[in-house]
Amino acid sequence: MSILKYFYTLRPPKKTAAVAKERLQIIVAHERNLRDSPVIEYLPMLQQELLEVVRKYIAIQDEDIKINIEKDGECEILELNITLSDENQ
Amino acid sequence: MAKIIVVTSGKGGVGKTTTSAAFATGLALRGYQTVVIDFDVGLRNLDLVMGCERRVVYDFINVINGEGNLNQALIKDKRVENLFILPASQTRDKDALSLKGVLKVLETLRKRFEFIVCDSPAGIEHGAIMAMYFADEAIVVTNPEVSSVRDSDRIIGMLSSKTRRAVQNLPAIKEHLLVTRYAPKRVTSGDMLSVEDVQEILAIPFLGVIPESKSVLQASNSGIPVTLDKKSDAGQAYLDVVARFLGEEPPVREKKGFLTRLFKN
Repeated sequence: MSILKYFYTLRPPKKTAAVAKERLQIIVAHERNLRDSPVIEYLPMLQQELLEVVRKYIAIQDEDIKINIEKDGECEILELNITLSDENQ
Repeated sequence: MAKIIVVTSGKGGVGKTTTSAAFATGLALRGYQTVVIDFDVGLRNLDLVMGCERRVVYDFINVINGEGNLNQALIKDKRVENLFILPASQTRDKDALSLKGVLKVLETLRKRFEFIVCDSPAGIEHGAIMAMYFADEAIVVTNPEVSSVRDSDRIIGMLSSKTRRAVQNLPAIKEHLLVTRYAPKRVTSGDMLSVEDVQEILAIPFLGVIPESKSVLQASNSGIPVTLDKKSDAGQAYLDVVARFLGEEPPVREKKGFLTRLFKN
């Protein structure tokens, strides 16, 4: 057991530069994604206008509509969910 | 046609002013008509690093406001032919810079100079945007350290969205990565990001690397651009950077440690 322990201490810990690189790659990729998605700016307005159009026909609450844009590789998906409760129908 | 080059970084204290002074001096040493402009309004320091702080009479803002003309504001370097400094205002607030005003001054300078080097203030606010707005090329100064690399990435994002070339759909600003305060020994021991690491993360073309060096502080203490110190490793590295910028291919100087030399050769 003590021999095993001895070999453990011999193995060098992960160098800090490698840790830095890994952390940076993750945060930079994340921040670039935010930066490259100007869609976020108009999303609330789109949601509001869609809400008004749907309301011409069906009574729905503000929180019944969910809108989202997802990136899947080269493809962007606009996802729109409107929940109709029993009262609406 | 004159080239406008912005020296930028996002983060403060990484060596923008040192680089602006050394780089502009290097270009002038090569015979190019060069002017270096301090965009750090309110916190002017390029004059001090260039050693001309007592010769400032009129500044960049005075010229924009028509309180003095460009010839009165430009300070001719006493050591290097073809080198001029346009100091920032020490008293005004940074909003005194307007796009229109900056453009007017740059258009006039373009007729007389071959290289216009813009020393950007730190941050991502008005002053930094003014410094990069009209640039043709950008030197992104980065330390091999997490906060500096992250901020550089922010600045690279702004270069491709908040500048004239971006707004008017012109060919993009040519970006260059300059890694400063580099300590090869610490890279070898695994405690500092290597140039390759930084370049891989930021993904812009590599221009050069400046070693951490005592001579940088000695140079700024004395008000002498470090490129004029022939014995300085950092000064030599800046001369290499200038050569590479001009399209030459100087060999990469690298002081190798005893062990790396032993194992690599």
